[in-house]
Amino acid sequence: MAATLVEKIIARAAGKPAVRPGEIVTCKVDLAMILDSGGPRKIWPRLKELGVGVWDREKIVVVSDHFVPAVDAETAAILKLARDFVKAYDIPHFYDMQGICHVVLPEHGHLQPGMFVCGGDSHSTMGGAYGCYMAGFGGIEMTGVVITGEIWTRVPETIRVDWTGTFGAGVTAKDVMLFLCRRLGMDNAFTAVEYGGDTVAAMSMSERGVLCNMAAELGCETGVIAPDATTLAAIRAAGREPRPDALSWRSDADATYLARHAFNAAELQPQVAAPHAPSNSGPVEDYRGVRIDQAYIGACVGAKLSDLHMAAEVLKDRTVAPGVRLLVAPASQKVYAAAAADGTLRTLTDAGAIMLASGCGACAALGAGVLGDGEVCISTTNRNFKGRMGAATAEVYLGSPYTVAAAAAAGHIADPREFLP
Amino acid sequence: MSAVTGRAWRFGDEINSDLLAPGLYMKSSNEVMARHCLEAVDPTFAAAVQPGDIIVAGHNFGIGSAREQAALSLQILKVGAVLADSFARIFYRNALNFGVPCLFFPHARDVSAGDRLRVDAVAGTVENLSTGRTYRVDPIPAHLMEMILDGGLMPHLKKKLGKGRAA
Repeated sequence: MAATLVEKIIARAAGKPAVRPGEIVTCKVDLAMILDSGGPRKIWPRLKELGVGVWDREKIVVVSDHFVPAVDAETAAILKLARDFVKAYDIPHFYDMQGICHVVLPEHGHLQPGMFVCGGDSHSTMGGAYGCYMAGFGGIEMTGVVITGEIWTRVPETIRVDWTGTFGAGVTAKDVMLFLCRRLGMDNAFTAVEYGGDTVAAMSMSERGVLCNMAAELGCETGVIAPDATTLAAIRAAGREPRPDALSWRSDADATYLARHAFNAAELQPQVAAPHAPSNSGPVEDYRGVRIDQAYIGACVGAKLSDLHMAAEVLKDRTVAPGVRLLVAPASQKVYAAAAADGTLRTLTDAGAIMLASGCGACAALGAGVLGDGEVCISTTNRNFKGRMGAATAEVYLGSPYTVAAAAAAGHIADPREFLP
Repeated sequence: MSAVTGRAWRFGDEINSDLLAPGLYMKSSNEVMARHCLEAVDPTFAAAVQPGDIIVAGHNFGIGSAREQAALSLQILKVGAVLADSFARIFYRNALNFGVPCLFFPHARDVSAGDRLRVDAVAGTVENLSTGRTYRVDPIPAHLMEMILDGGLMPHLKKKLGKGRAA
């Protein structure tokens, strides 16, 4: 029976020859990722209450990224609790202040095509760029996963989205996702999205990650991209050998999709999402001139090395506009080091950027860079819900790193193509 | 807990996780967080909601973060059920795991704030006692109902594991 990639992974994890959409199955989890915010802090007291331990310490990865570095007694206690949990259960894979989980996991070679992975954060979908089924769950459900190594799921229908052709200058995967949030809406629960087409095949893993990360904004269970030579090269670059069956994890040619969408990359303009939803988006032209107080380059989705390169391309030999602050929080320590080594950080700081620690930070109003009443921010992050980055009266626009950097230089939202060499 | 009766609180579309559980309070205790639930759209809600009251909303309720506080706050505030056109997946799962019934209900516009509702998640009925209208809704999937009737995942696991301090 023909199946999509998502159906194949779920069938394998459920120990069944095949599954059909709508069926409810229990899957064995290959890897569980838990975080400072909703991980040990929530899970450990429950393990104690139940008098049980963890199912497999080798299959649990703990990442402290939400409240890093500590800024007060409460956040310090949350981070200490995560460290104590790791010690108490002798968890071998712990990344303490090494960056944002969705970037740290593949950097350290934890993801392989065909895996079924549960993560304690909604943007866990980003792992789908590696041909995994990786979905986000709350701390209460991750408690169950950590105890039993199992989770139930309703097999989702798959939506196929193909992009063909070449992007114009200054157009990125982020623009694709802001466009898709408007086009497909954010109410796609109980479906998965699979991306393909020659535009996606030509993308770096960093850009593919953006497509899968923001599957969360589409409301999908997960987003996936079938592995190819680019995927295998990234796994090798992380110091792991791809599993022999890696390239077999792909949808059958005659698989059934809930819907198929095809778009032409050459026609896409840089996109901006206006307050207060990623789906409230349109071409950058529609928002030209909106004055900003803060530009933020950060988050799993928007502060990878390629994102910092985009920002540096715009800001080279320019400075941040008076009255505007540009905050940059590289997505991981590895990204930070690479950007220092290749001169990107110098370009950004010469332009006036203020560098922050790697972590979730201002994206979710958890760390440095939160917004005050009535302030306007343009951000490379993935969400702009009311109150997301601080005060409920603040206004957050979303854009690509090109668009955010251009706004920082101009002092207002501007077309990034006018800033590119 | 199969049937609950309470007053309706009306909300619109895409009530997201940042509205339910604002990021500024993520480091705080669950009880403190619950006091800020939905304050950006209705500052009176957390203080005025009564045990058993029922949230009636539009589509994609709970979209956004995986933060369990988005659902846990409703449990702490003793919300009896959430009725919405549709739910975001993580919120839906979190809520059921905390024993907060979520029912797909396409008739929100028939309900006014303050209407008295009786919701039976097992039978799949919503009665508007203020208007006299009764609606059929899909009951909660059978594989989840046992857990919800136990009061959520933790009481359910306690029962299943047959041990634990509280047992």
